[in-house]
Amino acid sequence: MSGVRVLVGTHKGAFVLTSDGKRERWEVSGPHFAGWDIYHAKGSPVDPNRIYASQSSGWFGQLIQRSDDGGKTWQPVGNQFTYEGVAGTHQWYDGTPHPWEFKRVWHLEPSLTDAETVYAGVEDAAMFRSADGGKTWAELPGLRKHGSGPHWQPGAGGMCLHTIALDPINAGRMFIAISAAGAFRSDDSGETWKPINRGLVSQGIPNPNAEVGHCVHRIALHPSRPDVLFMQKHWDVMRSDDAGESWHEVSGNLPTDFGFPIDVHAHEPETIYVVPIKSDSEHYPPEGKLRVYRSRTGGNEWEPLTKGLPQNDCYVNVLRDAMAVDSLDDCGIYFGTTGGQVYASADSGDNWAPIVRDLPAVLSVEVQTLK
Amino acid sequence: MIRVVLPAHLRTLAQVNGELSVNVTGPVTLRSVLDALEAQYPTLKGTMRDHVTQKRRPFVRFFACEQDLSHDSPDTPLPDAVAKATEPLLIVGAMAGG
Repeated sequence: MSGVRVLVGTHKGAFVLTSDGKRERWEVSGPHFAGWDIYHAKGSPVDPNRIYASQSSGWFGQLIQRSDDGGKTWQPVGNQFTYEGVAGTHQWYDGTPHPWEFKRVWHLEPSLTDAETVYAGVEDAAMFRSADGGKTWAELPGLRKHGSGPHWQPGAGGMCLHTIALDPINAGRMFIAISAAGAFRSDDSGETWKPINRGLVSQGIPNPNAEVGHCVHRIALHPSRPDVLFMQKHWDVMRSDDAGESWHEVSGNLPTDFGFPIDVHAHEPETIYVVPIKSDSEHYPPEGKLRVYRSRTGGNEWEPLTKGLPQNDCYVNVLRDAMAVDSLDDCGIYFGTTGGQVYASADSGDNWAPIVRDLPAVLSVEVQTLK
Repeated sequence: MIRVVLPAHLRTLAQVNGELSVNVTGPVTLRSVLDALEAQYPTLKGTMRDHVTQKRRPFVRFFACEQDLSHDSPDTPLPDAVAKATEPLLIVGAMAGG
């Protein structure tokens, strides 16, 4: 029997929401790691019972938790993230050099082929890899040291590597994004990297067309067509048809093109979703109406999805890692808000209902489709 | 035997209730007590001090016998009362937030 498991990271713990394929009735488990920030939790596509979670605290630092039974029980694994060699400096907000310092893991991306291998995107921005189920971690230093690292600068949320997208077709290819450095691609399993920001334009940086310095919020791809990338930038929704070699804007008729998450329908590679947010100084939906926007044309032409979502007095935000899709026949779309709601649609976004309404602020949402 | 009181989050992580005790051989210092604590509860590694530099995490404080030991050298002997287990070493999350 099919079902879904939704992994929710919040400011005060993790929650596991489960349902059968109808996605009408939900069981809620949690909080796991109560009181801690759970920036992200994600299951292995190879072994769905294997889940990795990033647990952190301003007081007690970083922990990585691992479950081998689908989130019922957890064990802490390795938490030593040490930059390789001399860490060096990046730029601080005022443009002065600032030493690279590990703060937390923002994103965990399990390998597509090996349940023991998992990648971690961290703040200050770097990529780490574990090949032993999270027990030990080693930096992939080619990213931080490829050349532009000393010029990277933090975004408002810190200098975080928040997006890791693995290419399921081209072996060794992966995409990452850093706020506020931009997007990067590796074609050799993370050994070497290149910036892929041509076509991005960001007002507020000295050279609006610079190779790095762009505040990329999220990148998404469809596994059947990984050369096509969709990006929610600080401002602008962008698209690349050549694996990031060039980008063009597809914001079209969106009411605002500021936002954080972007995702792709599981079965329709040209159907994409964003949640427009009013501006970088007002992090809530325009007009107090929480609307997901869907494009069935790969961008430019967007329709608001509102059924079941609050259409007045709604001033929550939806963070970059807080949207996901399932791969059931009728694709489910999920997102969580800073107000603690997790909304689900079992029909590609036409109708929405909250799974839970009163969690702590949601930092991340991932979905596992259980067959 | 040295008595230690952990903050709530670290008690949960170490799966202990209330006060705990560790055995220290040699001089009783912050370093030797933390070494013993991490050896007995490996999940605490990195939560009180940095893995590599061994520097105290900024929001972690050490108290004993109504004294703040947070800024002492990790090799300074702890008070006799801690060494003799009449008083516990208190590991505290710094007050922050509302």
